[in-house]
This record gives sequence, C-alpha cells and structure tokens, in this order.
Amino acid sequence: MRSLIDILDLSVSEIEELIATACDIIENPQKYSEKCKGKKLATLFFEPSTRTRLSFEAAMYELGGNVIGFSESNSSSAAKGESVSDTAKTISCYADIIAMRHPKEGAPFVAANSATIPVINAGDGGHNHPTQTLADLLTIHREKGRFDNLTIGFCGDLKFGRTVHSLINAMSRYSGINVVLISPDELKLPGYVKKDVLDKNNIPYTETRSLEEAMPSLDILYMTRVQRERFFNEEDYLRLKDSYILDTEKLKNAKSDLSVMHPLPRVNEISVAVDNDPRACYFKQVLNGKYMRMALILKLLEEAKK
Amino acid sequence: MRVDSILNGTVIDHIGAGKGMRLFKLLELEKLECPIAIIKNVPSKKMGRKDIIKIDGDVPVDFDVIGFVDPAATINIIAGGKIIEKKTCCLPEVLKNVVRCKNPRCITSVEQEIDHIFKLTDKENKIYRCIYCETKAN
Repeated sequence: MRSLIDILDLSVSEIEELIATACDIIENPQKYSEKCKGKKLATLFFEPSTRTRLSFEAAMYELGGNVIGFSESNSSSAAKGESVSDTAKTISCYADIIAMRHPKEGAPFVAANSATIPVINAGDGGHNHPTQTLADLLTIHREKGRFDNLTIGFCGDLKFGRTVHSLINAMSRYSGINVVLISPDELKLPGYVKKDVLDKNNIPYTETRSLEEAMPSLDILYMTRVQRERFFNEEDYLRLKDSYILDTEKLKNAKSDLSVMHPLPRVNEISVAVDNDPRACYFKQVLNGKYMRMALILKLLEEAKK
Repeated sequence: MRVDSILNGTVIDHIGAGKGMRLFKLLELEKLECPIAIIKNVPSKKMGRKDIIKIDGDVPVDFDVIGFVDPAATINIIAGGKIIEKKTCCLPEVLKNVVRCKNPRCITSVEQEIDHIFKLTDKENKIYRCIYCETKAN
C-alpha cells in the first residue's frame, strides 16, 4: 500500500505530476468536486494542529469526500494506552485513507506498516512534514516558475524545523541551488543534514547569524518559528525565541522579486506590516497546501485501487 | 595468561582491543549457561592488542552483531577440539533489536513490542540510523 511518510518517497516526476494536478484543480475545481464521493479521510491528530488538520479536511470536502477523526490524543484511544499500530489497523476498517500527526518521530511510518489503507504523514515530531513541503514546492513553482537556479535562505530554527529539513531534501534534487543557513549557533542545521543532503548532492551552502547580510542574495527567504514544544528547557526557548524578526526595514535590501515563505503559524518572527508587501507568500502557501493535499489524496486513493 | 582450548564451540578472534566487552553484552552471552572466556588486551603481531571471546558450547552467535561491533573480527567454529570452519564478518545492512534508539522523541520509546531497527546509511563511516526517526546508533 502506497503511503507518504517522507518527501523523498516521491520521485521528482511524481512531484511534477502532483503539481500538475494541483494546478488543474486550481483552474477547474468543478472537475474534481465529486472525485472522492463515498470516500472517507481519517484525520488522526495526536498533537494539536489547526492549519494542517483543517487543510486536509477542506481538501477532502472539496473532493466530495467525508472526514472522520480526532484532533488531540486525549480524545483518542491513545489516552487508554493503545499502540499506534493497533490504532492504524482499527481505522483501516473505517476509512479509505489516513492523515496522521503524532508527536513521536516515526509514528506515521509505524502506522503505514500496519494499516491496510494509505497513510499520509501530517507531521511527526521534529522529523518530517512532507505535505508542508508539497505546499512549499507548489508555492515555489507558482511564484518562481522553476525549481533550479535559486538561492534559498532558511532562517530561524534550523535544528528542530522539520519543514526546513524536508524542503532542503526536496530541493537537493534540482540543479543550481544555493542554500544560505541563517540561525543562532544553538539552532543550526544538524550536521547530518549538511553531510547527508547538502554535501552529498554538492549543494553549496553558507552559514551566517546575520539575516541582514544574507538578504540581498536571496530569491526565497524561508522563515521559521522557534517552536516552544521542541524544547525540553523553557530557559533556552525564551533566550532564542526572538532571534530573528523580519520587518519592512530588513526587506529594503532584498531583491524586488524575493518570495518570503513561512510554514506558519508565526508568532512574531514576521512583522504584520510585511503581510502587505507583494513579496509575502505565506498565506498563498496555506492555500497551495490545500491544493497539493487534494492532489495527493487523489493520487494515493487511485494507487490504492490497483 | 593461559585460557584452555575449547572442545566444541566458537572462538571470536581479532576483536579490536576494548570492543570485547561490548560484544559480550550485545551478544547477551551472560545469559548462557556454558563456560565463556573473554580475554582482553591479548598481544597480537597484526593488531598490537586484541580481544578474544571463547564460547565452550554449541550455541549460535549473531554474526550481524559481531559485524556491527567489529567487522574485522573472525569467527572460528570448533568441533572435537579442531577448527572446522573460519568465518569473517561484514557490516550488516540492517540491525534488528541489536541496539535501541536513544532518541526520547522516537516512536520506539513508547510503542509496545516494536522492533528497534537500524539501517546502514554510511558504510565508510559505519553509521547506522533508526528507520523510524533517523537518529544515529551509538
């Protein structure tokens, strides 16, 4: 059974196929409005999420399907001590496809190994978040019209930021990519991502603590939030949370066609004033996420039939 | 120092000095009833110093574990006091329930009866990563 656990589960051509489907959905929404009639998506969210869960639900409804599920582990059988594996087997009896978010890394992989229906990883701890990456890729496609020859700056929490790791993985397969890593020392990109992804694919990268210095060279600026839930120590979180705040002043040195992206939710790392700048793309990303999830649900349900 | 030869069993030789105890623990040799000797820091022409483990009993040993701890180790199968077979190890591609994932955020820290599985991701540097969370084995 085909599932999506890691963005690298999809080949470059499959990603192109999903982007083509998403673009067709944008152009012809009516054509897709009953594609999932009679199908059920189970949203198993063991960790709170507004954006991703509602995006999956909206995606399924717009395909004419239905949604069942829960939005926190307290209201699920996990609170009674049920294993992820058993939950996946049980839900396979009720639904046609699962979208799972879980605080433990690898939980959706365990679910996919037990389920008899496709499982989509909707975020597992600080590990992977492939559908956010699909949203990011559609945004880059629509804003830039290409995936190659881009200088991408990743700013903020590069250590625990799963969206950063996933997007770096996805972009590593294209040519002419330059990466600029902007973070405090404590939140640098993990060494294994640099070695196994950037070095392995001969992608040039620089590390800096200064957003201002990096800004003029960037085609894309991918901002991230310092996530309280990833810290064991509250003091460390408080010390680092305001490391980078993007405001209109900092954008003065940026390219006129820069795309500012953010997986959201933001706290204060992007000033609200930036929202009115035409270079701000983060709310477009949210919409693109829904279209890519629609395309993905269609693809996985189609493959499940085979 | 002299440790008697064994009649029927296994001798794991050419273990890098200092790795013998780890191998002893990972092979769970303490659970066996038969006589077992672990000899540390044995002078060796080829290696300088080496560790040796002798198991005096017909019990199977997990070659993957030996390969993980020291792929240069050699295994001699003894029967009737003679070496009947010499085997060498290599780095196993997969380690199943040999080491446990230390990442407290990994699903293996909570899921019941889950196998702890690591895959060899970097042969040159002998790096294994958890298949669930990608944390490095140590």
